[in-house]
Amino acid sequence: MTAVLTHLLSARDLDRSQAVAVLDTAAHMAETQSREIKKLPTLRGRTVVNLFYEDSTRTRISFETAAKRLSADVLSFAPKGSSVSKGESLKDTVLTLGAMGADAIVIRHQASGAAHLLAHSGWTEARIINAGDGLHQHPTQALLDAFTLRRHRAHAKGMEGDGLGSDLEGARVVIVGDVLHSRVARANVDLLTTLGAEVTLVAPPTLLPVGVETWSARTTYSLDEAIEETDPDAVMMLRVQLERMSRAGGGFFPSHAEYQREYGLDTKRLGRMRPDALVMHPGPMNRGLEITSAAADGQRSVVVEQVANGVAVRMAVLYLVLTGAEGGPS
Amino acid sequence: MTSYLIKNAQLPTGEHQDLLLDNGSIHAINPHIPPPKHAHTIDADGLIALPGLVDLHTHLREPGGHGETVLTGSRAAAAGGFTCVHAMANTFPVQDRAGVVDQVHALGERAGYVEVRPVGAVSEGLEGEKLAGLAAMARSAAAVRVFSDDGHCVFDPVLMRRALEYTKAFDAVVAQHAQEPRLTEGSLMHEGVVSAELGLTGWPAVAEESIIARDVLLAEHVGSRLHVCHVSTRGSVEILRWAKSRGIDVTAEVTPHHLLLTDECARGYDPVFKVNPPLRSDDDVAAVREALAEGVIDIVATDHAPHPTEAKECEWAHAAFGMVGLETALPIVHEVMVTSGLMTWADVARTMAELPARIGRVTGQGAGLAPGGPANLTLFDPAARWVVDPTRLATASQNSPVRGREMQGKTLWTFFRGVATLADGELVDLGEEPS
Repeated sequence: MTAVLTHLLSARDLDRSQAVAVLDTAAHMAETQSREIKKLPTLRGRTVVNLFYEDSTRTRISFETAAKRLSADVLSFAPKGSSVSKGESLKDTVLTLGAMGADAIVIRHQASGAAHLLAHSGWTEARIINAGDGLHQHPTQALLDAFTLRRHRAHAKGMEGDGLGSDLEGARVVIVGDVLHSRVARANVDLLTTLGAEVTLVAPPTLLPVGVETWSARTTYSLDEAIEETDPDAVMMLRVQLERMSRAGGGFFPSHAEYQREYGLDTKRLGRMRPDALVMHPGPMNRGLEITSAAADGQRSVVVEQVANGVAVRMAVLYLVLTGAEGGPS
Repeated sequence: MTSYLIKNAQLPTGEHQDLLLDNGSIHAINPHIPPPKHAHTIDADGLIALPGLVDLHTHLREPGGHGETVLTGSRAAAAGGFTCVHAMANTFPVQDRAGVVDQVHALGERAGYVEVRPVGAVSEGLEGEKLAGLAAMARSAAAVRVFSDDGHCVFDPVLMRRALEYTKAFDAVVAQHAQEPRLTEGSLMHEGVVSAELGLTGWPAVAEESIIARDVLLAEHVGSRLHVCHVSTRGSVEILRWAKSRGIDVTAEVTPHHLLLTDECARGYDPVFKVNPPLRSDDDVAAVREALAEGVIDIVATDHAPHPTEAKECEWAHAAFGMVGLETALPIVHEVMVTSGLMTWADVARTMAELPARIGRVTGQGAGLAPGGPANLTLFDPAARWVVDPTRLATASQNSPVRGREMQGKTLWTFFRGVATLADGELVDLGEEPS
């Protein structure tokens, strides 16, 4: 039996059996999405609030779609400004949402720890789902990445379904780029290694945080070396988060051209990978910077599939968190 | 004025003595003093008598603050065993001219709980551009002897040099908030393993150490006194040790929270642990403890920084830096330095009273307990245990990093110029001394 999921704040909240249970639930959800009638009655009468302090059309729409497919009532709220000086405090906003009967709050926020704060503040009884907090965590992104990987591994092995019950033991994943500013990288290192995968982080030294040496991932500064040495099952290209980057000292790398040369994924590098290796990207992509269009749109790219799987994974998380169920619905 | 006979207190030297306080002075110290008529007798068996504590670093937030005032901050100080506090310059308006420092000084005298010594700003408006009116503040009624832009680093090396030179004219000291601003843009916590995991922008130790290294060299070059605020890293300790070995006239302070807590506290994203400089690693905590015991760090200073609730009840990134500390400083020092065997009570008297008074050039404070000296002293019960409830503290703010934590020892009595400001653990409403 796995423990009940009360909130989902960090990929670290999940042990291996819980993570597998979420992926299995997502597989069941995905299956329902191939039916003609996609809507399930599961969360009828429940209210899910999407509280998005940071613009993110894709994640917000993904959560909205997931909640609606489960028949929940969905409110989306994008407060203007997020500091005490600019507008209503997070506390007051959340008290308001609680008064309106929110059963779950899906929060995206620029401040690391915002989701953790809501879950531990005592301001609300609602279940909290972290849809990305600052540079900290983005657990549903990691889950959809793991789901995508697991599915392809299962198909490669000729298994039916989406690899129900299996983990990622032995999978080799290379994560490339702006690790320093990436909640996707943090969440993926945690979740993929929990599931048994071997993760290699590749970045220029300026884009690796001080302290990364304690993470459960190997790090290297050379993408070519990482491809050659690990023979990866998947490369995950991180978005270079230009909007989060300090201009101090002239920036984190000399030029886009140099970044692309050293860390960009192009057809040449793709050619040195296994033919069935996956190309992943959490989006939105900087085409021509961390990934060329040829690589992004090529046969091995699962970027669009990641988006589709995102809905199934978020359905699973909403279902598990709101119903207190322990695994896949029967 | 009530006379007090303190029976059988343990002095910092370890001897047990009776002390008679009369007319604002310590009238006598003897193994046995017969109770005079009309004296209030205090059974101090098991209590430690210390000179009234002197804090070189507090924020009393008046003029211009919310919540804390010179009065409430003074009461918190008395409750913690202090008889003198230095009030930092980052008020509104800034303490960068004689009129403002005189006002703060007068508010302190009116409150009457402790001697309030205003700290003058080094630069006008704390902006780091040009010197504030240092001589005018030094010559004013407040007689400022400590200058600091605390909260901001005096970053411009030329301005720092000028300040170090100029303050020699009135035997004052520049107290530096050592923080390289470019290396700490957007910084939220100590840069290390925990910040990497939490996704909070790091405040690297080198940003503190590089400024200290520069400043000790500047102080040596111009032959001036330098004081370093809130030292928090092992590297800083090593630079200070080197500077002192060269005979550079530098002193340094450490806060109780940097002696006690580490960056692990940030894990719950509770902004009560957000402070500047940030809580550091285990290894840094060990280094500052050793340095204080060894004398490389000279004193303990609280950096008492009250903030209204709303400034801490929010996202870590948006919260204010700082924590209150006046009422818990002595129990924390007792726990981490005395109980651990690193320091004696004589060391506590030296680092929390004598040397801070000397650095701040405060006469009548911090001296050893001696007959004829001013009756500024405190009685501490090392055996008492109490759990910190921020709503019950005398400070107007509740941002205590040790809330809910059991304190080892409690201040029971504080005497300021012979007047009991704290009596048997309760603050005295001045004008109503206990009979």
